[in-house]
Amino acid sequence: MSGTQHNIVMQAKGLVKRYGQVTALDGADFELRAGEILAVIGDNGAGKSSLIKCLSGATVPDEGVISLDGTPIYFKSPIDARRAGIETVYQDLAVAPAMSIAENLFLGREIRRPGFAGNVLRMLDKKRMLQESIERMNDLKVGIRSMTQAVETLSGGQRQCVAVSRAAAFAQHVVIMDEPTAALGVKEGNMVLELIRRVRDKGLPVVLISHNMPHVFEIADRIHVARLGKRAAVLNPKNISMSDTVAVMTGAMKPEDIPAECLA
Amino acid sequence: MNSFKDKLPPLGTLGPLIALVLACAFFASQSDRFLSTQNFSLILAQVMVVGVIAIGQTLIILTAGIDLSCGMVMALGGIVMTKFAADYGMSAPVAMACGLAVTTLFGYFNGVLVTRIKLPPFIVTLGTLNIAFAITQLYSGSQTVTDIPAGMNWLGSTFTLGGATVSYGVVMMLGLYVFAWFALRETAAGRHVYAVGNNPEATRLTGIPTEKVLLWVYVLAGLCYGVAAMLGVARTGAGDPNAGQTENLDAITAVVLGGTSLFGGRGVVLGTLVGALIVGVFRNGLTLMGVSSVYQILVTGILVILAVATDQLSRKGAR
Repeated sequence: MSGTQHNIVMQAKGLVKRYGQVTALDGADFELRAGEILAVIGDNGAGKSSLIKCLSGATVPDEGVISLDGTPIYFKSPIDARRAGIETVYQDLAVAPAMSIAENLFLGREIRRPGFAGNVLRMLDKKRMLQESIERMNDLKVGIRSMTQAVETLSGGQRQCVAVSRAAAFAQHVVIMDEPTAALGVKEGNMVLELIRRVRDKGLPVVLISHNMPHVFEIADRIHVARLGKRAAVLNPKNISMSDTVAVMTGAMKPEDIPAECLA
Repeated sequence: MNSFKDKLPPLGTLGPLIALVLACAFFASQSDRFLSTQNFSLILAQVMVVGVIAIGQTLIILTAGIDLSCGMVMALGGIVMTKFAADYGMSAPVAMACGLAVTTLFGYFNGVLVTRIKLPPFIVTLGTLNIAFAITQLYSGSQTVTDIPAGMNWLGSTFTLGGATVSYGVVMMLGLYVFAWFALRETAAGRHVYAVGNNPEATRLTGIPTEKVLLWVYVLAGLCYGVAAMLGVARTGAGDPNAGQTENLDAITAVVLGGTSLFGGRGVVLGTLVGALIVGVFRNGLTLMGVSSVYQILVTGILVILAVATDQLSRKGAR
């Protein structure tokens, strides 16, 4: 990988976030490259979730700069981040269960009919939304037959696939996934991992927050290790073992002791 | 994808209709006066007021809320419009607009307490139930207002349609149902009402201003109660400070019998019309059978519990 010019999509420098006496982020850096899956790992209190909250607009950092495609950005809410093309998928299956898959995909971004029916009667273009839902789900090879069925008729994994597909369909720049497989069983989790890989292969960079080391090693291109409110290291999962990664995460292995080929 | 099965209404929508037909069949077998166009006209006229209140109630229950103040707010609206006309000599349209404004304001008040101060709808509307009742009694001196302009009776006047006498108020109720059904089903705003009732947090994260949606729901419900007040005044020809007391719970009963879930996010407003008709048919049928009104209240109580139990059990089955 060394020597190649990496196209940086999203970057953060010197992020600081304090909650009263507690410093959650203490000058954290972050760098997401084009077309990669970047896993973010860290112990509880390492500043992992504060970092992600800053990137997804859920909190505003006290200090530091975040930039997207080289332009500094200031998010005040997740909705700002969404408008900037950053979509976030949450662990707890953020869908409306009684509504159809197509409705969930287009929730908050509904398409109205053209002409009088849409402009005056404000009627939704359900046919078009259904059609586009089918296309987008086919694109990502999500094997769900009917887009008009209620989300609650789906399994947990399928529901999460709907949430991931929605994010992938509307994200222009980045998809952030916060523990997307934590609530799922093995088979269902693999289904979602497979989908995350396809999202990356379509060219969208993915930030994956996970506690699940086997999942991280299975799909991450690089691993960002958060520790003590900073970025301890960025590791290359191909050249480092899972136990050494955990050692870096817990502080048992100092960042300066990590062999050069393990860094990414 | 667009198969025939998708176009069929789910059982949740058909259930109330089946119950209505069964109730009609039962009362037809018990009283030979039940099955007549005249009697059906009467049922419609009796259902008119609670039917319109129940539209507002449906909106609120779809967001997983509840409005215990609906009937009392309606009574206040009725007193305001009749007193304003009687005391200040306002013309019927102006006085009715004032009544609508008062009920809408009450809806807004409920909505602000629910969305801004985050109080549970049950508690908020339990409070406004008593406030509206007290204001109604104080302002009217507990006296019925009978000196009202002729224009206020217009919605109660009738025309004949195929042997049945239908009032303009009934037409208005049916029109409102069609409008509410269309808006909830075909527009983004309507779908957002369902989404808020389904999963408010997920809905907020998609960028939908959930509090604005909720506030509008309470405001529109207040407007519905105002329209119901107009219909009530037109039907009785007076402003009655004790109106709305049966309607208060009947409206909730109608919504639940119509298949709308008390847990929010599921239901069809046309089901509420069927629910209101079920309540009306039971009251009418039992009266024709000579059953005393206390038993009618008993039966409505049993109906609500049955409807909620069915809702609860069918949800368990779906999961």
